[in-house]
Amino acid sequence: MSVIADLKKTPLYEYYRENQVKLVDFGGWALPIQFTGIIEEHAAVRNDAGLFDVSHMGEIWVEGSEATSYLNRLMTNNIAAIKENQAQYNAICKENGGTLDDLIVFKLSQESYLVTPNAANTDKVFDWMNQHLGEEEVTIKNDSAEMGLLALQGPKAAVILNKLTSEDLDDIKPYHFKAHATVADIENVLISRTGYTGEDGFELYLDVDKVEELWEKILSVGTEEGLKPCGLGSRDTLRLEAGLSLYGHELSEDISPIEGGIGFAVKIKKSDAFIGQQELKRQRSEGIERCIRGFELVDKGIAREDYPIYSEDGKEIGYVTSGTKSPTLNKSIGLAMVDYPYSQLGTTIYVGVRKKKVAANIIATPFYKR
Amino acid sequence: MTTTKNIYFTKNHEWVLLLEDNTARMGITQYATEQLGDIVFVEVPELSSETAMEEEIATVESVKSASEIYAPLSGTVTSVNEELEDSPELVNEAPYEAGWLAEIHYTDTDEISQLMNQSAYDAYVKELKEEEGQ
Repeated sequence: MSVIADLKKTPLYEYYRENQVKLVDFGGWALPIQFTGIIEEHAAVRNDAGLFDVSHMGEIWVEGSEATSYLNRLMTNNIAAIKENQAQYNAICKENGGTLDDLIVFKLSQESYLVTPNAANTDKVFDWMNQHLGEEEVTIKNDSAEMGLLALQGPKAAVILNKLTSEDLDDIKPYHFKAHATVADIENVLISRTGYTGEDGFELYLDVDKVEELWEKILSVGTEEGLKPCGLGSRDTLRLEAGLSLYGHELSEDISPIEGGIGFAVKIKKSDAFIGQQELKRQRSEGIERCIRGFELVDKGIAREDYPIYSEDGKEIGYVTSGTKSPTLNKSIGLAMVDYPYSQLGTTIYVGVRKKKVAANIIATPFYKR
Repeated sequence: MTTTKNIYFTKNHEWVLLLEDNTARMGITQYATEQLGDIVFVEVPELSSETAMEEEIATVESVKSASEIYAPLSGTVTSVNEELEDSPELVNEAPYEAGWLAEIHYTDTDEISQLMNQSAYDAYVKELKEEEGQ
């Protein structure tokens, strides 16, 4: 059993200890699964607002006169298409099309980008970026240990954040951001209108030393709006209801972004050639053999990761990548990697839940839309 | 919670309350429910099924994960808590009362000596909590 104190710590670690928040080993990081309860925290985000510590996420700066073309060579989306103060969801692929990571790219200027990989992939992505740096006029800096991240999510997120900043939040549209903002008297906060919950909300990037102060200030002004501190448990159920892929589940080095449900972030025809382009182009033109699909159980039970999936005639045709009982919809939902012939909406599939085969239907995602 | 001499516990955090005529009622402990979090689905044992001590008998699922529940004693399942089908949260709310899982007609009374009594279980949980607190 891992000792919590030996794990990597976010800037809220001392706060968690002082407040006796139970911590678990989450990919090597000491983080809470819940504060009061997953269902209660989930409902807070859907109805009011929730605050998440996601400081374990990585932050890598890519700067220099050739930063745009360099990133466009590594990323599957079209970096050249975004404007300053705009963010873009991306995949970074290997030559064989396998997904190295999914991440968000923030364009501060033509020569300055912030890239935010998943925590567990940060070192891998940083190494990859360095390995693929040629003669280009680009510098790469891993700032993950110096930057923290809080996510304020839910229909009341804007009302709450508005109490703490003079920035006009209406000016920050979805997938846009404002750098060097002041929030709760803390300077140099990057306010991004992004999130991972299917709700309106903001992600706030700032100096690690200021994270606990911002956390407490947001909670103090948000409580009267129904804001609750939220753990990783509800983060997972919220993203699953929103049909969002999670690295290590729907995406991996063995799964392409097209197979993994994020094909919208793959721009085959962009002007710069990119790593993995040939294979992804082939997948687009020839078709894929399997893909991520949403499903809903018809019979009782809950589908869990790695449970097998069968066709009507008993053939194994895939596996569950994520599954839960949806707190908002009160239905058993999940995402699965299924063989392409069984991926049509409305197809009946069977999930192997222990000794039983439980019927399910392939349905459209997101399961929940605000 | 129930304070009776007739309650015993397993290392896997099942409780078993000895009733009359070699019948025992079972469920999961408060500690188990705290570890699991919000319980959203319970697959109760099959009525009349035979079960052996420490054999998988039921599944309790939280939002996050599915946990196997093991039979505390060998015997035949004589009753299951059907309320749990529509109200799995009873296990969180009253794990020793309305949240019971099943009743077993047990055959081997010697097995009871392998279980923990209340004070032994309390000490066991205290130890686990101290380990967790590290």
